[in-house]
Amino acid sequence: MLLELSPDQEVFRETTAKFLDDRAPVTEIRRLRTDPAGFDRRFWRSGCELGWTSLLVSEEQGGGTISGRGAVDLSLIAYEFGRRAAPGPLVANNVVASALGTSGSPAHAPVLAELLSGDQLATWCYSEPPPHDRLGTVNLQMRVEGKHLVLNGFKRPVEFAEQSHQLLVTGHSEGGLTQALVPTDCPGVRIEAMHTIDLTRRFAAVEFDDVRVPVEAVVGEIGRAQDDVERQLQLALVIMNAESTGAMQSAFDMTVEWAFDRYSFGRPLASYQEIKHRFADMMAWLEASHAISDSCAESVEARSGEASELASAGKAFIGEYGTELVQDCVQLHGGIGVTFEHDLHLFLRRVTVNRLLYGTPAEHRQRVARKVILREDAA
Amino acid sequence: MSTYRVEDMTEDLNTFRTRAREWISHNLRPLEPGESAGHAISRMSEEAELAAVAHDREVQRKLFDAGLAGICVPKEYGGQGLSPEHQSVLNEELAGYEYPTRIQVPTLCPCAAVLLEFGTEEQKRQHIPAMLKGEELWMQFLSEPSGGSDVAGAVTSAVRDGDVWVLNGSKVWTTGAWWSDWALCLARTNWDAPKHRGLTVFMLPIHQPGIDVFRIEMLNGSKEFCQEFMTDVLVPDSDRIGDVDDGWTVGTRWMFHERILYSSPYVTNPTGTVHGGLAATSVAAIARDVGHVHDPELLELIGEARVLDLVGHELALRVADGIRLGRMSDQASAIARLFKAMVTMRIHTLRFEAAGSTGAAWTDGDGTAAWSGNEFLMRQVSCIGGGTTEMARNVISERVLGMPREPTLDRDVAFRDVPRSRPQSGSSGSSQESGRSQSGQSRNR
Repeated sequence: MLLELSPDQEVFRETTAKFLDDRAPVTEIRRLRTDPAGFDRRFWRSGCELGWTSLLVSEEQGGGTISGRGAVDLSLIAYEFGRRAAPGPLVANNVVASALGTSGSPAHAPVLAELLSGDQLATWCYSEPPPHDRLGTVNLQMRVEGKHLVLNGFKRPVEFAEQSHQLLVTGHSEGGLTQALVPTDCPGVRIEAMHTIDLTRRFAAVEFDDVRVPVEAVVGEIGRAQDDVERQLQLALVIMNAESTGAMQSAFDMTVEWAFDRYSFGRPLASYQEIKHRFADMMAWLEASHAISDSCAESVEARSGEASELASAGKAFIGEYGTELVQDCVQLHGGIGVTFEHDLHLFLRRVTVNRLLYGTPAEHRQRVARKVILREDAA
Repeated sequence: MSTYRVEDMTEDLNTFRTRAREWISHNLRPLEPGESAGHAISRMSEEAELAAVAHDREVQRKLFDAGLAGICVPKEYGGQGLSPEHQSVLNEELAGYEYPTRIQVPTLCPCAAVLLEFGTEEQKRQHIPAMLKGEELWMQFLSEPSGGSDVAGAVTSAVRDGDVWVLNGSKVWTTGAWWSDWALCLARTNWDAPKHRGLTVFMLPIHQPGIDVFRIEMLNGSKEFCQEFMTDVLVPDSDRIGDVDDGWTVGTRWMFHERILYSSPYVTNPTGTVHGGLAATSVAAIARDVGHVHDPELLELIGEARVLDLVGHELALRVADGIRLGRMSDQASAIARLFKAMVTMRIHTLRFEAAGSTGAAWTDGDGTAAWSGNEFLMRQVSCIGGGTTEMARNVISERVLGMPREPTLDRDVAFRDVPRSRPQSGSSGSSQESGRSQSGQSRNR
């Protein structure tokens, strides 16, 4: 997380931190394991009142930032989510709110208002099932028929699809990528829950079988959604990078405490050089994750030329070292670290899920590599 | 603890940027395509290297005359008295141009940084401007053959004789001592005090009677590192830095500045420069030269190298900010040091991997892939030089995380009684055991 917050940002961060401590303690997260939704709707609405879904939306549209840099402010919230492995559809609703705010038509304004208040939920249907699950592969077809758009295809994993009212669907139409906002109760939309790792996250496979929506459902222009999709991806990466960094920090802190408390052969674990050196490596990975997460948020907020590369670099690094770090924390805990009773797995679950969504570390390394090659070819 | 004093509030960043850009475009040579600003040292002839040093000195002098040297150094010592942000602007504007690499490290950091913190007024006025003009290139007489990581275990002795000190001993791993002018030297002045309380720091000219400089051939053929032997070298007491026997206070800050080298505001470091000379060509360039730039497996290697590079860069900035803001202790510089070493090490491996069999056997026509195997042989240098990564891990765990210190046998005993080598054979019992019990009986001097 940023080393220097403005007083307003600090208040904002602290408010969410306290709210989460109060409303989503570990006992609540464990209870939500068997809850079908994975989070409480009143909890989400209260969070929205604190601004959780407003940061990427302009003031004229009912949103607003704390520092004037919404993605940076949002990364502070995401970090606090990660610190507690908190429940709630943070990625999904922010990405859709941003897309509607940026490229939505007046027809989308009522939905956007309800995403800001938390009365409605939306999610992004982007990834597709194997073997079309490579980052950026879009096979879902969108065809214009008179005044309608007809959708055919499959999306998965879609975060909180069952719990959402609206789906922002990315598909292909003649000319290129197109996006449309589709209500989940539309005929032809079939949502099937999937198994997952995280206790409070829910995923589903969504089928679109000749789903017909009015062309007004299109977000942006038909065939020209490429830049919007890239922007949405970058924002999702900002949120997940910050969240995973928070989860890494919590796992690391717990394990440092453990190393001081746990005695073996008459001395604390923290006194063994082999273990000390492992902590040093973990601390380097952790601080590096903070650094790249922050610069990713800054550059995406500024829409700088490096935004895409930094966001992918963050995902590639944090994706890989997030799970490495928390698994090493498990190792240093020994047997207790692989029990359900211990809280360490809450963070392991979070970094593990985040590692794989919206592109694996390997896919993001390749994305970065292509940019390097393009740049060097141009030079 | 940060000690940059911003004096000149009149030149805002934009004015400074315009001035720097204007001057650089008229006075410095743009780099050729594929040319790196970081110097590749290992395969240069002696004459070529001396010429390059002379050229670096000239360029540094031009920067000095243009008011673009010592951006964060106070004006009374020849600097500009500007802020670290001004230095960042200069780094950005210098990207893509030649710049005097050899003047930066270790002359301006850590040597000038140490002098600014601990030097007397006279010492600073005599040497800092000379450094900034490129007239004095400095070296660190710090490591010794008898102890790498155990810097405070220095056995180079300094004995006082009236107003002068007489130095005897050997220093090692100085980069380019044969073409440098002055050195900062850590020496033992008190053998009866515990290790850390009997050291003193001096400065001395390198080329003088009593100092023999030898170039060490490294396993890749490079002769960049040197070893010096000092025999009855006389140093006036006025060239002592800090108090007698208080050299570890200076040494601690000295090593701090050494750890933050490339994020130090005293160091000019054009944006995008890859350090370490040998690692300057990218994995992508090698992949292209062997004709595999679009192979998926090479994309992975190219991407990994770039990701680590970006992350390492952001981490160095974060740690420098953290220390400046007081959010991290000075010791946190070890985090950036450790990470940088791991990144450099990994990138050497990636380059070597990308080169394929060309790394094992090559011709002069193999472009950037040539020599990558030879460079791989030197991979561990990044984890050894400037304090090993093992020491960095000790610092992070003990000083940053507060974990228990490693047990030592050299604390709170007179340094002359500290065992410094394996006991001579011939004594009874296993050598291991006798090594532990016979402390003091096996001094190597």
